[in-house]
Amino acid sequence: MRVPLWKIAHARSGDKADRADIGLFAFDAPTYEILKREVTKARVQEHFKAICEGPVELWPLDNLLALKIVLNRALQGGAARSLRMDNLGKAVAAQLLRMEIEAPADLPRLKAK
Amino acid sequence: MKRVRVGAGLGFYGDSWQPVRASIERGGVQYIASDHLSELTLAILQKDRQKDPAAGYARDGLPMLVDLWPLAAQHGVKFILNAGGLNPEGARAAIAKAFRDKGWTATIATVTGDAVLERFDELAAAGESLAHMDSGAALSSVRSRMLFANAYLGAQPIVRALEQGADIVLTGRVADAALSLAPLVHELGWKWDDWNKLALGLTVGHLLECSGQGAGGNFGSAAEWADIPDYAHLGYPIAEVSEDASALFTKAPGTGGRISFDTLRQQLLYEVHDPHAYASPDVILDMGTLKFDDQGNDRVKVTGATGAPRPQKLKIVGGYHDGWMGTGMIGFSWPQAYAKCEKAAQTIRTLVAERGWPVEDMNVEYIGYDSLLGANADPTYRDQLNECFLRMTIRTQDRKIADAYGRLFPWLGLSGPPYVGSMKGVQGAKELLGIWPTLVRRELIEAKVEIDVEKT
Repeated sequence: MRVPLWKIAHARSGDKADRADIGLFAFDAPTYEILKREVTKARVQEHFKAICEGPVELWPLDNLLALKIVLNRALQGGAARSLRMDNLGKAVAAQLLRMEIEAPADLPRLKAK
Repeated sequence: MKRVRVGAGLGFYGDSWQPVRASIERGGVQYIASDHLSELTLAILQKDRQKDPAAGYARDGLPMLVDLWPLAAQHGVKFILNAGGLNPEGARAAIAKAFRDKGWTATIATVTGDAVLERFDELAAAGESLAHMDSGAALSSVRSRMLFANAYLGAQPIVRALEQGADIVLTGRVADAALSLAPLVHELGWKWDDWNKLALGLTVGHLLECSGQGAGGNFGSAAEWADIPDYAHLGYPIAEVSEDASALFTKAPGTGGRISFDTLRQQLLYEVHDPHAYASPDVILDMGTLKFDDQGNDRVKVTGATGAPRPQKLKIVGGYHDGWMGTGMIGFSWPQAYAKCEKAAQTIRTLVAERGWPVEDMNVEYIGYDSLLGANADPTYRDQLNECFLRMTIRTQDRKIADAYGRLFPWLGLSGPPYVGSMKGVQGAKELLGIWPTLVRRELIEAKVEIDVEKT
């Protein structure tokens, strides 16, 4: 089934120079395996095509049940040069949580709700 | 086994220090590590110093210390803070004067040598290109517009200041995490080549450096943020670190917020690039081996850090003038709030085009609809919004045009679409800054680092 990430994961984002970076965290191990499979660099690049002018980097961290995602050249040159309301990229994580992925209906968070 | 407790101070210039009081009173901390400098805060301080050579430091360090020092002195708590900004000696002079006026004594150290803008020719002569470390662009493209450039120093000079008896260490630019790593090395006797221990210390510093974010603040989530207790009294994180490189994270009893696996791992990955090579001047941390043991009741034990030898080059971040931003805003009520914002945006575009202004870039956002979510905003209810605010910004090299641009908007109140709100004045031009990260051989920087210790 199609599931938006906000139902199964949490995320925080920030800025470093012209990079926006996101930590995406599964609430449980079965969900982490799905995130690793579904949240690929290509999917993230497509999701952020309106702001991310450089490549997307992504590292899975099994010990944290997390994906570290970096959007290069995504902040109009950096927070102090950006014209955007969200010049610090704080809501970039919220944007990611809107992404929909294919996930089994029996993930713990989906059953609990 | 030896242990030391370090508490988080501020997480940015302007943050609240009230939660630090609880950490000192009831958190058992021995050190407060306080971070006042974000990547471009030095640009603000540079402008302060241009107006007044005695300024150029973060102005919240002084009132924080004046407010907390009596309690800190009573509990034997020391402060390490980068509030020295571009002028640590100036910061010390101001603090020392305030302390003397109150009859307080303290040993205050300064760490200097991070400011390198004046040394660019010398560094270039020593063979450093000072090229942009990401894009490879040559320094010459921005050199004349550079406002500041400072190296990120490590924990070593802070440790030397502590060894000389400092109660308060005032630095300029240092790696944020070095503010916490230094007291760990000083108290626990870690060696500068014990990479795994230093890596644990770097982890501690990184988890403390954003104040409330390490204790459930800004807990990025769709619903779980609402379960974070008592935002009004959110405690800042505290780490009790043991000689054998383990750290117990907690916060002062009775404070709000939450210390858990979830809140700590969000902070761990915050503003990190490659998590397997998180670089600092003192060690390179691999976050992939860390273990988090959530013991409940706001206690999480962190172990398993692995470190690689420190880098041969130090990072410098410079900031350069990069034009001016003009801002205009206007809001509209239902009905058709979004459509009216769109019409106002078209109208402004027409006015800008007719004036022939040299606008390099224009950003159009609809507050209440897409100003935070951008292209990922959900359009389902776009045409039924109760209200919507148009925000349009431009980048131009001409300051006068950036100023004039904002003055286009009030006219719309009487001559544009109906039910206008938010006529709250006009925003003037704002200077835009580009950021210039580069790398320099560490010995060229470290040779000029100085520690000065003085008793008030």
